[in-house]
Amino acid sequence: MFTLRNFSGFFSDTLRLMTKGGRLYYAWVGFLLLLIAIGAGAYIGQLKDGLIVTKMRDQVSWGFYIGNFTFLVGVAAAAIMLVIPAYIYDWEPIKEITILGEMLAISALVMCLGFVMVDIGRPDRFWHIIPLVGRLNWPQSMLAWDVIVLNLYLLLNWFVVTYLLFCAYTERHYVKKLVLPLVLLSIPMAVSIHTVTAYLYNGLAARPFWNSAILAPRFLASAFCSGPAILLILLQVLRKTTKLTIKDEAIFKVAELMAYTMGFNLFLTAAEAFKELYSGTEHMVYFQYLLFGLKGHTTLVPYAWASILCGLVAFILFLVPRTRTNWVTLNIGCVLIYASVYIEKGMGLIIPGLTPDVLGDIYVYRPSFTEIAVAAGIFAIGFLVFTLMLKAAVPMMLGEFTITKGRTPVEAPPQEI
Amino acid sequence: MTDHKPECPIGGCEPPATIGGTRREFLGAATAAMATALTGCGTLSKEEFLQHNFRELSKQEVLDVIARLEKEYQAKYGKEVKVANTPPIPGVIFGYALDLSRCIGCRRCVHACVKENNQSRDPEIQWIRVLQMDKEEGVNVQHADAYYNPKEVPEEGHFYMPVQCQQCKKPPCTKVCPVGATWRDKDGIVVVDYNWCIGCRYCMAACPYGARHFNWGEPHLPADEVNPKTHYLGNRPRPKGVVEKCTFCIQRTRNGQYPACVEICPTGSRKFGNLLDKDSEIRYVLENKRVFKFKEDLNTQPNFFYFYGV
Repeated sequence: MFTLRNFSGFFSDTLRLMTKGGRLYYAWVGFLLLLIAIGAGAYIGQLKDGLIVTKMRDQVSWGFYIGNFTFLVGVAAAAIMLVIPAYIYDWEPIKEITILGEMLAISALVMCLGFVMVDIGRPDRFWHIIPLVGRLNWPQSMLAWDVIVLNLYLLLNWFVVTYLLFCAYTERHYVKKLVLPLVLLSIPMAVSIHTVTAYLYNGLAARPFWNSAILAPRFLASAFCSGPAILLILLQVLRKTTKLTIKDEAIFKVAELMAYTMGFNLFLTAAEAFKELYSGTEHMVYFQYLLFGLKGHTTLVPYAWASILCGLVAFILFLVPRTRTNWVTLNIGCVLIYASVYIEKGMGLIIPGLTPDVLGDIYVYRPSFTEIAVAAGIFAIGFLVFTLMLKAAVPMMLGEFTITKGRTPVEAPPQEI
Repeated sequence: MTDHKPECPIGGCEPPATIGGTRREFLGAATAAMATALTGCGTLSKEEFLQHNFRELSKQEVLDVIARLEKEYQAKYGKEVKVANTPPIPGVIFGYALDLSRCIGCRRCVHACVKENNQSRDPEIQWIRVLQMDKEEGVNVQHADAYYNPKEVPEEGHFYMPVQCQQCKKPPCTKVCPVGATWRDKDGIVVVDYNWCIGCRYCMAACPYGARHFNWGEPHLPADEVNPKTHYLGNRPRPKGVVEKCTFCIQRTRNGQYPACVEICPTGSRKFGNLLDKDSEIRYVLENKRVFKFKEDLNTQPNFFYFYGV
């Protein structure tokens, strides 16, 4: 009973925290809402006229939307990167920031589901994919698997975050017996969401560019570079703008771990490129299209090399202890690795997988204005979700705002004994 | 078919007595209204929205759906369009063989197919892609040109390879569909339920033959060009946002006729028949000519064969 009443108090207080803020907060939320409105406008146009307003066609039937989806699954999976050292090695400085990783995962998953939703031709038939209500082709379809694991992972992270915050709000210590198994479960879950997403492409024999056994390991390696890169920058912002204390030690430890995954990622990419280019079979054409261009079509070439170059430079910056512990070079490295993986796991994965098409046709794909506007809207939704969660979570995590503290006494709901 | 209720927009009428079960009932008017918004138009009927996968419909439900569709087409095209539901013929598995030494690349099959199967004319969807190949390269898609446009075919130094759905025995497209909107029927034809497809296009990524096509925009089919003899799983007019493909002209072949592409071919390159019938022409080809399957290394096991007849 008390718990239920406390929970409704927690819920309304969370909403109150989200809606009250400084001028900068309102400006930021307003900016995000504006982007969402632009995206929504573009999406309405797409609903009206169909996906023909995108530049996708039969030859390149997936594009910018699915590229962003794939990248963001990696970001969502990367929460694990912080959970592993925190809980397995019981390393305290990172433990405090795990919850931030989980909130990042939730936001990324919201964006993932958004990108899938805008990509499908018949969003009105969305219910067909709901198990038992519709007809989910499980276990045959990898997309069916993906629907299941993404939603479970979303649910898991949402539950852990809500529970931890609720405990902080009610000034109780969380029950370790409940949280630890769930957090440990989130590790294989994070691996599974990105593995299943890789298998989604991997299992298609028709597309040699994707049909490679190391695709899933490559997905994981690159995710563990890009996800923490976002988090490292966020942590620094939070340290400056809130009273949240995040030790340098924690940031540098994450950076060190990133250096290893980056090295591994580069190694796997090189292994793939070697196999394709050295053996030189017909399957090489997709790599050729990506890296050198094919029959005069070189759209992807500058992006592909920019991605490789950014990845290499970031790797060196993270590998050398002196640049890893220097804020300027560390942040440059974060931006570079983010850019590198965004290209590699987004357009650099989807487009060469489909170009040339299965009958050798080269259709040059570039996202349309609609696609970019809709994507911006979805990113804004993700940022908004993250911002709102942070807004409520930080004071609770700091113990500034609880069931008893953080407001005038009159407002305080009855306290549980 | 006779007790069909009049059309009504979502949210404004009683739930239909004919189409609906306990599982579907839970989707309330609010969901339906949202769905209408999601289609970007207000024409989605409640019956259409709540229609279940074709393979799960009862006989009566199928009849109701067909009656509804026929009414919709009548209203849209101003003429009677029949939607058949002919099941596979027992003891029949369809096979197709294409003679590469005879095909001259005239593309008559492409256009006969469009006419027969009610494809969208704008944007134009074609189920057959004819590839112009270099004689010196053999069958190699990296040296293929689908956009050849000379005054006269065949061109010197080239041969032609039309590609359409290969009606695989192990279709990668049906395997990947997340909602089971596409399947291989008993006579070997791979079909799509256009009313169940969610338009995710995973099947298009999975198909090694480029056989699947998406309705990127609203399909435009002039009323006077509508072929009124249709099949639910075949050439009935399609909605926007779903995938479609060659069905060996299911509306013809399940009634003992040849596919349109076989009939139109001026060189007799296209052979079609029942693989289970020892006396069929397709069996003659398999017995007496040397055939190959396109991309046989992918183990899709097509029931579509290519051969060199001369």
